Amino acid sequence: MADPILQAHGVTAGYVPDLPILRDVSLAVPPAQITLIIGPNGAGKSTLIKAIAGLLPVSAGQITFQGSDITGLRTDQLTAHGIAYVPQTDNIFRSLTIRQNLDLALRRAGVDAPARLAGVFDQFPALAAKQRDKAGALSGGQRQFLAIAMALATAPQLILMDEPSAGLSPKAAQEVLEHARMLTGQGVSILLVEQNVNQALRLADHCYILAEGRNQIDGPAADLRDNKVVGEIYLGNRRVGAT
Amino acid sequence: MIGVFSYLVFFATTASILAIAVLGLNLQWGNTGLFNGGVVAFFGAGAYGTLILGGTAQAGHLGGFGLFYPLALLGGMAAAGLMAWIVGLLTLRLRHDYLAIATFGVAVAFENLMRNAEWLAGGAKGVRGFERPLRAALGDGFIYNLFFFVVVLLILIATYMFLERLVASPFGRLLRAIREDEEAARSLGKNPARIRLMAFVTGSVILGLAGGLYGTFYAFVSPQDVLPTLTFQIWAMLIVGGAGNNRGAIFGAFLIWGAWTLSGWALSRFAPVDVQLYTGSVQFILIGSVIVGMLMWRPQGFLPERLVVSQRGKPQQMQQGE
Repeated sequence: MADPILQAHGVTAGYVPDLPILRDVSLAVPPAQITLIIGPNGAGKSTLIKAIAGLLPVSAGQITFQGSDITGLRTDQLTAHGIAYVPQTDNIFRSLTIRQNLDLALRRAGVDAPARLAGVFDQFPALAAKQRDKAGALSGGQRQFLAIAMALATAPQLILMDEPSAGLSPKAAQEVLEHARMLTGQGVSILLVEQNVNQALRLADHCYILAEGRNQIDGPAADLRDNKVVGEIYLGNRRVGAT
Repeated sequence: MIGVFSYLVFFATTASILAIAVLGLNLQWGNTGLFNGGVVAFFGAGAYGTLILGGTAQAGHLGGFGLFYPLALLGGMAAAGLMAWIVGLLTLRLRHDYLAIATFGVAVAFENLMRNAEWLAGGAKGVRGFERPLRAALGDGFIYNLFFFVVVLLILIATYMFLERLVASPFGRLLRAIREDEEAARSLGKNPARIRLMAFVTGSVILGLAGGLYGTFYAFVSPQDVLPTLTFQIWAMLIVGGAGNNRGAIFGAFLIWGAWTLSGWALSRFAPVDVQLYTGSVQFILIGSVIVGMLMWRPQGFLPERLVVSQRGKPQQMQQGE
């Protein structure tokens, strides 16, 4: 197995000092794979991805990316390392056009900008057709695609996605998650937090289950999907009438 | 007839100076979302800076540098920018409401400093001894006022063109992006704190430019010129004209200054004598009512922010509530 592109070792983090949500959490993200984080509400999934993304202070532990310590770096500094973050909501600029949203992401691309923009429009032809429309006029699914397209425009090696299917129709959610799968074929690694567990487990390679801010179980996504105990405890597969 | 024309020149000069100040606030609030509640402090820094640097020596307070006028004006702008940089480093991480409170506090502190530090700026008596540029050649009358109006108008047009180019540039889009969602901007590799500071300082330098011109026009500045009232007037001009739209900012300045002077004239002429004592207070109530009324019924102002669809595309108006 290839060396992980991202590793977290014993990470403790939270929104308020001395009140950690995450306690001693560790994970590893292999290259060009989808690594999924799931767990019940309040498990610390979004807290973990925000701590990795530099949006929350890490009070203990270490985060490394391609062997370099990135603990405590700001989100804007992580972009320069090849890490993109797609927030759960409010991840596009509604008053700007689609093209202007992408131009913002391409601002540091220099001479690569036209090629990157062309690559993004190849992947998202619907965005190319509407590039002069206001981003706020897009549907929920299209907004997520724009957010992902903006992340891709920064030429990342790793994308951190915080519940990209939140608030979407089942069909749109499926399309967004399948697109995430497609990105791994281009060599991009994905760390994905999802509530849409069954769909995400079908697409992910590896999965970590968090509960109460700690690691509980991890393993290949296919194994966890078929694991009866995991299904009953964490995936809501308990049969009616079972005790 | 010449009296009316002379007054119109005087009115237009003051309104144009205020329009430059509103353009500075528009960069901060309309384009970047920075709630500067201490507008008058940066305006005042420009006025005091210009007069201290460009004035003749006066007993009892700092001054007498007698700099060439454009250098004095640039010095006043730099004083406003330096103050904004220090204030910005300390306050720009605050949320809108706390930023407004903090900057309002800065303005109150500035006024108190100017009122009490006689060694610095003459205290309550203000800064005197400033010779208006080219006064020797043009005198003090109508010709000078007309000349100064043309100068102010040219500076207003230059400021407007600079800001229009800035807003249409990638940096301008970045400002709007940060105004809309800082977290999303950070996720794209932007550093909102640095960019907010740049916008705050640039807007304050423009406020300082307006203050410098104001001080030059009257050849005098005192703590009475940097009262919080001016902050509210400039805010009213922006809200009424249309935050986020530079034309709206200029339109608002002329409209509100016109309403202010007209209401003062009407109250002094038509109100009962015992009510005229309260003319100033009535005007403040009018300004407050205009701000509240506009925020309730037309929060986007008379000339709302325009969205530039593309460099080749036609602009379209933003929808209300966005």
